[in-house]
Amino acid sequence: MTAGAPPAPAERLRVRLTVNGAAVEREVEARRSLADFLREDLALTGTHVGCEHGVCGACTVLIDGRSARSCLLLAVQLEGARVTTIEGLTPADGLSPLQEAFRACHAMQCGFCTPGMIVAGTELLAATPAPDEAGIREALAGNLCMCTGYVNIVRAVAQAAVRLAVPAP
Amino acid sequence: MKPAPFRYARPATAAEAVALLASSPGEAKLLAGGQSLVPLLNMRLARPSLLVDLNGARELERIDPAPDGGLRLGALVRHADLAAAPLVRERSPLLAEAARHVGHTAIRNRGTLGGSLAHADPAAELPAALLALDATLGLLGPRGMRRVAAAEFFRGLLVTALVEDELLAEVTVPAAPRGWGFMEIARRPGDFALAGVAASLDGRHHARVVGFGVADRPVRLRAAEVVVTAAPRDVATPARAGAAAAADCDPATDVHASAEYRRHLATVLTEDALRQAVGRLGS
Repeated sequence: MTAGAPPAPAERLRVRLTVNGAAVEREVEARRSLADFLREDLALTGTHVGCEHGVCGACTVLIDGRSARSCLLLAVQLEGARVTTIEGLTPADGLSPLQEAFRACHAMQCGFCTPGMIVAGTELLAATPAPDEAGIREALAGNLCMCTGYVNIVRAVAQAAVRLAVPAP
Repeated sequence: MKPAPFRYARPATAAEAVALLASSPGEAKLLAGGQSLVPLLNMRLARPSLLVDLNGARELERIDPAPDGGLRLGALVRHADLAAAPLVRERSPLLAEAARHVGHTAIRNRGTLGGSLAHADPAAELPAALLALDATLGLLGPRGMRRVAAAEFFRGLLVTALVEDELLAEVTVPAAPRGWGFMEIARRPGDFALAGVAASLDGRHHARVVGFGVADRPVRLRAAEVVVTAAPRDVATPARAGAAAAADCDPATDVHASAEYRRHLATVLTEDALRQAVGRLGS
């Protein structure tokens, strides 16, 4: 950029999507990531932003039911999509069975990776109701826990699978 | 870690995407799954003035049978769908298995066949699998579609036969022989492989053995292929072919593994992949 020349005003684009069941319509810059859109524009700060280049998994959300790194998506790409964040996976009162298992198993230390872990774990349990330990570890391999609390995280997903398999009384 | 500003277009067809590329020579980038490009945008290692989002071009999502018993695949097929599609698992199980090894679940849900091929990471699974399967890539440009064999497509580290105004639109995979094997070694599930081998053989005169992570592009391990075609069903063949495999490797040393270790892996993985392939031939 030439010194002194003001930058051209950025083009803003309209995007309409569903976030946690609610219809959302906003104008965004094309370069706005979905992660920043959720946090900054919608104040859904449960989605954590770690590495911002698709390595750490902290910003994982569900797009039409499938996990994706929200730092690697542009908000404008989500036109018509159904996005589910950690807020959308949390019941209005209390915790989901997987969240409950994380609490029971002490599956978090600093908590930074937890939203991404819960999203990835939710996707796993939806597709594979009774995963073995290797399956759990593989499903969570894209989510880094810098506290290295993996043992209890794996245990929590296994415990949630068992609880979900038992019909509610 | 935020991208520089760019204009954004989401064409509805591949032809429109090509026209958009031509409208901004050298300034436009194609966006498919975004699993390689968006990190580069975020780090500002890529600064296109126009981003052409292919995700509106539904014609590029096809997974179709080809009349010869093979497959016709659109560039926008996601790795997760490639791994799970019954048609792919039936007609080209090597390709489905390779797709299962790409990245993590969240990456496979978004990342695309065309994106992996166009990015051309030398340690990537799909380029190696398609070279082993003798696939042909359809490159769509302003002058129409040109078809390039996988063997001609990969030119070096992140370098392909694609020119600036072209779009990788489709991949045709011939009917696959019965014998196939796929092996890789990675530090963790989902990491890029330190080294890997894809093998495809018919138990008679046809064998293609391809190494990845062992050179600047996926490479045919021709010395190993010679050993296999000479005596495909001999019990000693996989080990002898493995011993021959390192001759065609030119691996790099990096923080993850030394060149010497990668050569060793090529030997072991060639042997293992060929045992799998011969086991699947049946009698």
